[in-house]
Amino acid sequence: MGDPVIQTENLTRKFGDFTAVDNISFDVKKGEIFGFLGANGAGKTTAIRMLTGLLTPTSGTASVSGHDVYTQAESIKKNIGYMSQKFSLYDDLTCEENIRFYGGIYGIPDKELKSKMEEVIESVGLKDVRNKLVRSLPLGWKQKLAFSIAILHNPRIVFLDEPTGGVDPVTRRQFWEKIYEVSNQGITVFVTTHYMDEAEYCDRISIMVDGRIDALGTPDALKQNYDTDSIEDVFIQLARSAERGDG
Amino acid sequence: MVIVSEVHKRFGDKKALKNITFKVETGELFGVIGPDGAGKTTLFRILNTLLIPDEGTATVLGKDVNVDYKEIRPLLGYMPGNFSLYKDLTVEENMKFFASVFGTTIEANYELVKPIYSQLEKFKNRLAGDLSGGMKQKLALSCALIHKPKLLLLDEPTTGVDAVSRKEFWDMLKILKSEGITIIVSTPYMDEANLCDRVALIQEGEIMQIDSPKAIVETFRKPLFGLKAENTYKLLKALKTYPQAHSVHPFGEYIHYTEKGESSNTEALKTYLFEQGIRELSINNIKPHIEDSFMELMQSKQEGKHG
Amino acid sequence: MKSFSGFVIKEFKQIYRDKRTLTVLFGMPIIMLVLFGFAIRNEVTNAQIGILDLSKDEVTRTITQKLKASETFEVRAYLQTYEEVEGLFRQGNIKEVVVFEADFQEKLVREGVADVQVITDATDPNLANLVQSYTANIIRDYVRELNENENIQQAGITPQVRMMYNPELRSVNLFVPGLIAVILMLISALMTSISITREKELGNMEILLVSPLKPYHIIVGKVLPYLVLSIVNVITILVLAKFVFQVPFQGSYILFFTEAILFILTALALGVFISTAANNQQTAMMVSLAGLLLPTVLLSGFIFPVSSMPIPLQWISHVIPAKWFLIIVRGIMLKGSEFIFIWKETLILTGITLFFIILSLKKFKVRLQ
Repeated sequence: MGDPVIQTENLTRKFGDFTAVDNISFDVKKGEIFGFLGANGAGKTTAIRMLTGLLTPTSGTASVSGHDVYTQAESIKKNIGYMSQKFSLYDDLTCEENIRFYGGIYGIPDKELKSKMEEVIESVGLKDVRNKLVRSLPLGWKQKLAFSIAILHNPRIVFLDEPTGGVDPVTRRQFWEKIYEVSNQGITVFVTTHYMDEAEYCDRISIMVDGRIDALGTPDALKQNYDTDSIEDVFIQLARSAERGDG
Repeated sequence: MVIVSEVHKRFGDKKALKNITFKVETGELFGVIGPDGAGKTTLFRILNTLLIPDEGTATVLGKDVNVDYKEIRPLLGYMPGNFSLYKDLTVEENMKFFASVFGTTIEANYELVKPIYSQLEKFKNRLAGDLSGGMKQKLALSCALIHKPKLLLLDEPTTGVDAVSRKEFWDMLKILKSEGITIIVSTPYMDEANLCDRVALIQEGEIMQIDSPKAIVETFRKPLFGLKAENTYKLLKALKTYPQAHSVHPFGEYIHYTEKGESSNTEALKTYLFEQGIRELSINNIKPHIEDSFMELMQSKQEGKHG
Repeated sequence: MKSFSGFVIKEFKQIYRDKRTLTVLFGMPIIMLVLFGFAIRNEVTNAQIGILDLSKDEVTRTITQKLKASETFEVRAYLQTYEEVEGLFRQGNIKEVVVFEADFQEKLVREGVADVQVITDATDPNLANLVQSYTANIIRDYVRELNENENIQQAGITPQVRMMYNPELRSVNLFVPGLIAVILMLISALMTSISITREKELGNMEILLVSPLKPYHIIVGKVLPYLVLSIVNVITILVLAKFVFQVPFQGSYILFFTEAILFILTALALGVFISTAANNQQTAMMVSLAGLLLPTVLLSGFIFPVSSMPIPLQWISHVIPAKWFLIIVRGIMLKGSEFIFIWKETLILTGITLFFIILSLKKFKVRLQ
């Protein structure tokens, strides 16, 4: 693992007098699998939006892949991949058309796109359904395809927002194997999830509570700190002390 | 309480449910566990009389879902996925609405919903659309309970909600069970299976196994090992190339592994892994988890299909 | 550039695959063209007129023949007395009555002048003007003929024009009743269909279905607020019409409101019916707009007279509830019609309403499939 691909210091975002993200500071190193955890409403989505160039921070600094989030948001967008659970693919286009479309958006030259298309279809196992509308695919295949498309242009870092929700346990693991592969190739993976066991696959994790990062470190270190043998327990201990959580 | 017998349901040319048969006893906390697309929601809609099976029968409290739906409906408490609340009504207004629709009032059954609703009461004038996921969940549950149903049907009530809220939700279900309400819950989270009396593992419209969580885990035939090494990914790849490997699944920091055949040769495995460059290896015998059983059943199903 | 063209291609593909939207995108213009093309007529054809011939001589018979022969007119009624004129107009379909005074020909020959009264129903001022001017033309042509053929010095047949019910030929008198119909259709049908399908879209309908609420409870409950809103709207329009635009109100208010409520129920029933067929708000909205509102505006006689449209469109207009309501409302407001003049239309409207209510109740699915 190498230099930081993400650097934030006292990153803050307010909405009126509501502080969604409260002075978070952390680094993510190149090739790391970084787990970004937190309860609903803890500020995860807002933080990710700032890092992906979609939202300007109120104060503090952050840079992604060497680009400043305030002044170089457009460059950030060109250098990252993004996949969210809610949307990534166009249901009314076929698998091939989705690949071609995103290839075009990312500016991948035609020849390269052709070979990449075959790679993706092969690795996700879509040979028989390449010309079928994405709508007809089972969820697990959609997620895998969406992930492959998110890294189509070899971004330096890929943001995954709850990529494995609702999927069967085997597919979940296959997905994480892909994440491992990708991380091995040097792509940094920034992932959020509600599955606590998935937190264990990460090199380091952070847990957000009430807009702050209350825990940061390797899964092992955190378990030791909180004197427990499961990340779920660490999470519950931290979340219990949350004020914001519910309501 | 609920008897489902050889139920089939098709949508167009897609078979959503294939030959579903099971029973739920009164007062049971019964889990329907399976991923998206397994058929859970379809099954629930048949039980709450909103869909008619193509083949087979289902009875709730002795009444047929097809013919006697009018008598069944008032006895059910239903919480569909997405919580179906009225976003532009307040918490209290939602409760009042659902109570009145079932011909009762909040006061009448207050004791029953108190453990849950009491957490919401300080927000009772907030619009339901402005609540967090965990709060919506609690409100939806209260609304489903307010008329003191005999059977609660909860379709994926914990999906997309964080771990703490999920845990609290299941604690509430335990309380309700102790009040004698029969509960059928569906969820994609395998770890929640352990909190049920009995579960049905469902995948692609078929039930793979029905039993208590304990019993399901006991039917896991092969010895199960948990392996850990310095580099999880390397270990994973190496194990997958091992010819004797039957199943290799990552589980957090460990990898669950079973071998082909009846007995396992861990020494041979250790040697092989060492040759592959795996260091700091530890191998332990471990007890299977429901998720292991589910994946094992999925695998057998796959192998059964391809002969 | 490549990412841009990729994006454009994607958009085209998505539109092409959304068959429902495609139907509207290509179908609508065609329907609109046909409707507008045929419905907007500046010529008049087949206007129904009545003749009151107090003279029954050669001249009057000739003029009557000429009127009959022209494409513009259809002589529907032959009156015997002047008292019948009012009643004939009240009944609705007659646009004009031509009255020849007694001893017409004699007067013409003797004095050189004879009076013919052209009484026109001016509730639709444009139509009235056209009808009147066609009549005048035919008479003038005949006068010219006479002057050539016979020795009638300066034969003057002067049509005296009388515009009934709307003597100042104010367009607003034409529009306001129609506007009531259009607004009620909009509020009651469109909003109702959207409200019910919104429930379906959100998934809340599932819970309602499983509850003890009976289907008609749900329907009536959804519909009631819009009934109240619509009545408020009707009152508002009437107040504005009377005090700001000075639109006359000749008839009975009670009758008017009763008929208005009937029409509101018709619109509500249509709204509910659309919602039983549509699964989401977008569909409900498109069907309401294209299938209800547009025909109502074009084919009900709101602006363009139905009698001038080609026959097939006239048949279609029979099915549009607003057409009957317009006859009723114009009758009451501008002509002061009493119930016996509009019972036929009322009956038809009631029939349409009942039909759609029954159909909706049957179609309202007690289940999801």
